[in-house]
Amino acid sequence: MNKPVLQRQRTEAEVALIERFDQGDRRLVGASALRADAMRRFAEAGLPNRRVEAWHYTDLRGVMRSAALVRAPETATLPVARECLTKPVAQTGAFRFVIFNGAYNEELSSSGPLPAGVTVTSLAAALAAGDADVLGALKADGPGTGDAIVALNTALMQDGIVIRVMPGAKVERPLAILNLMSGGFAQAAFLRSILLVGAGASVSLDETTAVCMPDATQANEALTVVVGDGARVDYAAQVAEQGEGAVAVHGLFVTMGANARFNGFCLVPVAGLVRRQIFARLEGEHSTISLGGLSLLRGKEHADTTLVVDHAVPNCVSREFFRHILDHESTGVFQGKVVVRQHAQKTDGGMKSQALVLGEDASMNNKPELEIFADDVVCGHGATVGQLDANQIFYLQARGLSRGEAESLLLEAFANEALELVADESIRARYAAQAADWLAHRSGQ
Amino acid sequence: MAAVKETVDRVKAIDVDAYKYGFVTDIESEKAPKGLNEDIVRFISAKKNEPEWLTEWRLDAFRRWLTMEEPTWARVDYPRIDYQDLYYYSAPKSMDDGPKSLDEVDPELLRTYEKLGIPLREQEILAGVQTSKVAVDAVFDSVSVATTFRAELAKAGVIFCPISEAVHSHPELVKKYLGSVVPVTDNYFATLNSAVFSDGSFVYIPPGVRCPMELSTYFRINERNTGQFERTLIIADAGSYVSYLEGCTAPQRDENQLHAAVVELVTHEDAEIKYSTVQNWYPGDAEGKGGIYNFVTKRGDCRGDRSKISWTQVETGSAITWKYPSCILRGEASRGEFYSIAISNGRQQVDSGTKMIHLGKNTTSRIISKGISAGKSNNTYRGQVSAHRKATGARNFTNCDSLLIGHDCGAHTVPYIESKNASAVFEHEATTSKISEDQLFYCTQRGLSEEEATALIVNGFVRDVLQQLPMEFAVEAQKLIAISLEGSVG
Repeated sequence: MNKPVLQRQRTEAEVALIERFDQGDRRLVGASALRADAMRRFAEAGLPNRRVEAWHYTDLRGVMRSAALVRAPETATLPVARECLTKPVAQTGAFRFVIFNGAYNEELSSSGPLPAGVTVTSLAAALAAGDADVLGALKADGPGTGDAIVALNTALMQDGIVIRVMPGAKVERPLAILNLMSGGFAQAAFLRSILLVGAGASVSLDETTAVCMPDATQANEALTVVVGDGARVDYAAQVAEQGEGAVAVHGLFVTMGANARFNGFCLVPVAGLVRRQIFARLEGEHSTISLGGLSLLRGKEHADTTLVVDHAVPNCVSREFFRHILDHESTGVFQGKVVVRQHAQKTDGGMKSQALVLGEDASMNNKPELEIFADDVVCGHGATVGQLDANQIFYLQARGLSRGEAESLLLEAFANEALELVADESIRARYAAQAADWLAHRSGQ
Repeated sequence: MAAVKETVDRVKAIDVDAYKYGFVTDIESEKAPKGLNEDIVRFISAKKNEPEWLTEWRLDAFRRWLTMEEPTWARVDYPRIDYQDLYYYSAPKSMDDGPKSLDEVDPELLRTYEKLGIPLREQEILAGVQTSKVAVDAVFDSVSVATTFRAELAKAGVIFCPISEAVHSHPELVKKYLGSVVPVTDNYFATLNSAVFSDGSFVYIPPGVRCPMELSTYFRINERNTGQFERTLIIADAGSYVSYLEGCTAPQRDENQLHAAVVELVTHEDAEIKYSTVQNWYPGDAEGKGGIYNFVTKRGDCRGDRSKISWTQVETGSAITWKYPSCILRGEASRGEFYSIAISNGRQQVDSGTKMIHLGKNTTSRIISKGISAGKSNNTYRGQVSAHRKATGARNFTNCDSLLIGHDCGAHTVPYIESKNASAVFEHEATTSKISEDQLFYCTQRGLSEEEATALIVNGFVRDVLQQLPMEFAVEAQKLIAISLEGSVG
């Protein structure tokens, strides 16, 4: 059984990443045992590729030929960031924390008192102080830890925001995290944020990733969310801006207590490659998780959403609803897996993935999986791939719309149905505006 | 309703855990020594007087097999197979004389079939009398021992014979089509089969011919520790039609048995093949010991325009099933269908599904899969639907439903839906649930026991697929479903 495994030739990018860690990047503070263990796992597995089942449709080893460099935080690039903050995607009424070039930047973040019941620290500070809660949230047996790219994030995480919401706190004003890179060259960032929500609290978090001067950047970001009993979390995330050849990998890890509610959404209207991984584990009864997403792709863009919802206890509800619109030669991937463990009776799971393929050379890959070990459950999934309905277009054309207008109207309706899942109204409006821009760009061609 | 009643009666008549067909026939057989090497491959080839090219073909496959690794991606778990601890050839000894008719067949063998309820002898007598006739090319271990209805089939120009015979009588057809659908290096088990395949059926339907009867093969694994490596090749030439039935039962065993068959189907323009399987191999005892490993590669190639291949399967047996009957939809407007019932009980593990590869324009496919898991079993549907760039207008509908009976079993769905063409329309839906309390209550209120009610509801659940089976099989399948679910209630 223990056949010696042939040592695979490491790619240039893999060698660079491992070396960077071995040489001891001086910016990597704290959690050294955790980091070393994670690096060992990454070195063993290498960059994910087609032979890794969960990465079958997104060959990162092929795409990431070389490892981009991490940039030191410096004041010279601050004006770039300031200009970036004036863009529409950065507009928010939320209390915002900005991470710029891999470090929490207080100057760019919102000023004034934090909303009541919220305490915040940077990940670097928390790790340096050996914060037990933070180390606990990062420990290696959480959901998604088997993934090589997650291990890489843990090994090389530079900074992030650690937000604690006190039990019972109802945070009215949304919180926002903006991950900003100055760009202008192929730059990398490894960020890890943590949101710990106490029992009975409620909070809304809006996370945006953007590159000021879009380039072939490499972002590896992750957010760990711990939802306490009876708590409610609304979460929305998007990659707002990055360049051609850019790679953004985002991991979301959610563990939920009892009677809790998590509502997550992600928008992808962006160049390059975006891979979103969501690992959710329901650990308390009578909780509900809802995950949604909309990907608007054109050119050679590639968007991959891979999620695993693990029902570890009975009486929970999970809903997933993802939509793709694929133009030109873009590629969409949806891989969703619902796991129902043996004692997780009365689970109610529903997953839906729908894609509209507009471009002749666009492709869509769907893999909705069910893995069920309990018998008293109701689980289902549906997946559709198709074009715009010719009858609907004809109906609209017969009423005087041009073909282009008819298509736009139908696409808008298709997109908006997914956007309805965004809980926060202002975020929904911002996302809807981006979707409208995308459609306007399409019909303007 | 009558059929349901019959099912219920059948369930009552049989003791729990008793495998109806678990008996061993003691007849002399000739074996190659244990293990696998080039000499064994040559031995098998020599035994069958195969021409040089086929021996080389086998050896080539064997050499490639040595470089391959056993696949581990399926959701099945079994002790590592020692391929050097198996026999790769076994033939009933009395075959050397080559019986020309049933009278010459080993009477012991015939009795075995009788116990199985295959009225081989009866059918020959009934030939020409019955309107619905079934030709049986019986495979007893590795050599086809009796073939009936030859004369009538020959009249229609249909070739239906053991593949070992076809190698000699129709070498041009075998040479042209063998390995053309499932390439030698397709997968670990198919390559192994290519190297050591024992025997199987060969069918050729000439252009424009509608095969006058349903062709049928009954498989039986009989010799202890003998891997079965069937090889079936069915070719439907332009405008022809054939319905092929395959049914399997096997005697009770203590040790695991490996079965790695390959089935290749080819349809030319406007031709249609309907391939139905009822599989009831020994699933192992209550602890899951001794069941059969069924690692089968089945694939159909719709080469001609408007051709059609339809797979229907009822899988109730085997300790482990690893089987994905597939369709390559190459011809324009060709159609592939897959109807499946997979029932697992005890400690059975099923990983089965289909692949629909849309290559041609306006190709359509339909997948209906019903999985039922009971006991401590695991039942996985794994399917792929893909449309290539040129598959304009491809259309697929997939429905896979799983039913769970008891809380120690698992039901899994792993579909891969890949569209590379904008005009392809794919729909997939899957549900998993248990038997509804309401339905059970309704049935028990009307005097059915819980077990009877379950059998009734399950038969309703799989109705869509049962309807696709030819009559002869539908009845047998219904019985099998009930037997397979024994002991799953309460």
